[in-house]
Amino acid sequence: MSLIKTDAPGQRLLLMGNEAIARGALEAGVQVCAAYPGNPSSEIIGTLSQVAEELGIYVEWSVNEKVALEVAAAASLAGLRGLAAMKQNGLNVASDFLLNLNLSGSKGGLVVVVCDDPSALSSSNEEDSRAFARLADLPLLEPSGFQEAKEMTKWAFELSEELGLPCLIRSVTRVSHARGNVQLGELPKAERRARFDTSKPILPVPVIWTHRLLHEKLEKCRKRFEASEFNLYRGPQRAELLILTSGAGWMYALEAISNLGLEARVGIAKLGTTWPLPEGFLKEQLSRSTKVLFVEEVDPFLETNVKGFAAQVQEELGPKLFLGKSTGTLPDIGELTPDHLIRVLKELLEVSYEPRPATYIQEAAQAASQAAPPRTLGFCAGCPHRATYWAVKKALALDGRDGFVLGDIGCYSLGMGPAGFFQMKTLHAMGSGAGLANGFGQLGRFGLEQPVLAVCGDSTFYHAAIPALVNARYNGADFLMLILDNSATAMTGFQPHPGTGRTAMGEVANPIDIEALCRALGVRVQSADPFQLDRTVELLLDLLQDGKGVRVLVLRQECALVRGKREGRAFKVLVDQERCLGLKCGCNRLCTRVFRCPGLVWDGASGKARVDEAICTGCGVCASICPASAILKEAI
Amino acid sequence: MLLEKDPWNLVITGVGGQGNVLASQILGQILVDKGYLVTIGETYGASQRGGSVMSHMRVSTKDQFSPLIPEGQADLVIGLEPTEVLRVMAPYGNPGTMALVNLRPIHPIDVIAGENSYPELQKVLARLKRLSSRVWILNATEIALEMGDPIFSNIVMLGALSALELLPVDQEGFASVVQRLMPGHKAEENLVAFQKGKLAVREYRET
Repeated sequence: MSLIKTDAPGQRLLLMGNEAIARGALEAGVQVCAAYPGNPSSEIIGTLSQVAEELGIYVEWSVNEKVALEVAAAASLAGLRGLAAMKQNGLNVASDFLLNLNLSGSKGGLVVVVCDDPSALSSSNEEDSRAFARLADLPLLEPSGFQEAKEMTKWAFELSEELGLPCLIRSVTRVSHARGNVQLGELPKAERRARFDTSKPILPVPVIWTHRLLHEKLEKCRKRFEASEFNLYRGPQRAELLILTSGAGWMYALEAISNLGLEARVGIAKLGTTWPLPEGFLKEQLSRSTKVLFVEEVDPFLETNVKGFAAQVQEELGPKLFLGKSTGTLPDIGELTPDHLIRVLKELLEVSYEPRPATYIQEAAQAASQAAPPRTLGFCAGCPHRATYWAVKKALALDGRDGFVLGDIGCYSLGMGPAGFFQMKTLHAMGSGAGLANGFGQLGRFGLEQPVLAVCGDSTFYHAAIPALVNARYNGADFLMLILDNSATAMTGFQPHPGTGRTAMGEVANPIDIEALCRALGVRVQSADPFQLDRTVELLLDLLQDGKGVRVLVLRQECALVRGKREGRAFKVLVDQERCLGLKCGCNRLCTRVFRCPGLVWDGASGKARVDEAICTGCGVCASICPASAILKEAI
Repeated sequence: MLLEKDPWNLVITGVGGQGNVLASQILGQILVDKGYLVTIGETYGASQRGGSVMSHMRVSTKDQFSPLIPEGQADLVIGLEPTEVLRVMAPYGNPGTMALVNLRPIHPIDVIAGENSYPELQKVLARLKRLSSRVWILNATEIALEMGDPIFSNIVMLGALSALELLPVDQEGFASVVQRLMPGHKAEENLVAFQKGKLAVREYRET
């Protein structure tokens, strides 16, 4: 349960960066919040949805990020304050609307929070979404900590309202998905009434006029940024080295300087407002040193833009040595750490630093490599996707035409690796499995003889696969689409979606029936429970070999974690130690070597399989794969 | 209360699904209630799929430190799984680092599949002892299973931590936080788990 609705101004709480952002929005009087879940952004709307009813605000899990932004923008156009949140990939989806909304302008405060994922810890890419601020001529704020994440969000609403523009906040994993102290402010009652002024249409045209107006707004924004307390300098009056940083880089730079004892030699200028550049502030900071190091994640956004500005004022500033990603001083891929900064500063400032003896480093590394076996990611115990890929592998082998699965975004993306028996062969954006299948499904005319399969989850189906399915049906693409319906947006934390029958605010809603939707499109659709392995394989084979056009197979089985939370285990599963023949069986350890469920382990001492009762979720699927029928399931 | 070292750096490590994040959240809030500045960085993404996970916790009276501990600067590693402690010692351990270990192994998928082997527990502990100043152990999962649900293991470990008196973590502080974060009956069960962990922990001595 989140504590963000605590109505106690001055109290200090330990909040996740995402909760701090949510709290900031509440303190700004936000009334409409929408998002599509995606880590590291999911907890913003997740926590707001828990308090929505009590605080009288509207919170929605939208079908995708573009719709989420449109929902929040509508609130703004009706004079309310609106918030949309998304991960970096989500902004790509929402960008089509955003790059018109910048021209038409907004009314009530409208804040778009984008949480980037440097190093792609839970993403398929590590794009730096700050590029969109420049592309769309929109104000950009970057929090460097938890308190600041809250204060900045609150201020972003005021700024947006003053400029008549949506304001972007770019967070990163180490702010959004980290926790720190946050002192609470006042929680106002959101009391604005919605009204759309029909006398003034909201349009991006005539573009020549609105584009000029946008640039004027951005100039006004720059002036606000010059005076912003989110830009600050810490260090000596003149420094041997000036660090220019934003986001999590600020925390790492502070850490490195204090570890190396460089407080009197190195200064840090932290930018909280990074587009448009606060040029006056920057000029003042740049004059502190002849050597400047840019510290930012992931792209050289500040580096490129500040260097461009410095070139304009080079006569005043004099010669500078700029260091950063373009000079190879810091990596131009992946997230930064305090250790990156420690290493670079140690070298540039010629100081010594040894946190531990070299012999210790060697022994610890050896211990880890020899006695801590790596953990390959796998599906959870009881996960229906394991059964699904098992069935797909078997069906494709029986079919014998070297068919392949085009993948999508979700837990089932692990199908590309050993967890899913390497069945998934592509991975791109939300809905791209079905989209690619539309193309592959037309290549029969050029000699493609392999059966084409696309896989997508239930939430992904609603998000981006429906248009692909419409296209396939109408244009006659030849493929089998598998919709893995586990009744949850499982990977990001079980958020509801249009198939689940409830909304973000916990209200009951009439679910959108996937099979009925397919039938309405004129698509042949069948359903199965992947835990019934034989029937699933049979259906897969039948659909694979069935003529032309798009076919859909819905494989429906609830996420083991969702089911477990609600009703506990379905079965008590155990291995009958008498019946299990161990290595003498001839199955070659099918249950553990191939099936790879974390709840079913191999006991080296007895040479037989056994169930780990701390991990098994009691789905009972393994009972049907043991050739000796040694795995027993007893209904609980 | 001043800390022996500032910032005091703690890593909680384990396998996705063991409740690593909740343990660090509860511990962090207990310390924030006592007036400390606490920062927690979480590795996740792998969190529900059997991967190694860890939370970095920085406790300070001076500053809001970064969510990542620099190399070699962990003061204590709490391991919900024994081999995960060794994995964390490689980048973050130093000769003064202490460790608190749940003895119950979780076999990685590669071990289950027979592509790798899991080391003997005594060897893991012996290696760990060589890399740490002190090691405490208990079988938190067993205690949790006796309570009826392995989910309590993380709270058993927090109870064990409170017995070490390294940080100002006590039962009242714990109770106050879980009562705010959880519904009534769950808070009570967790309090029991906390007490059991406090009583079960013992220092590891090589035999």
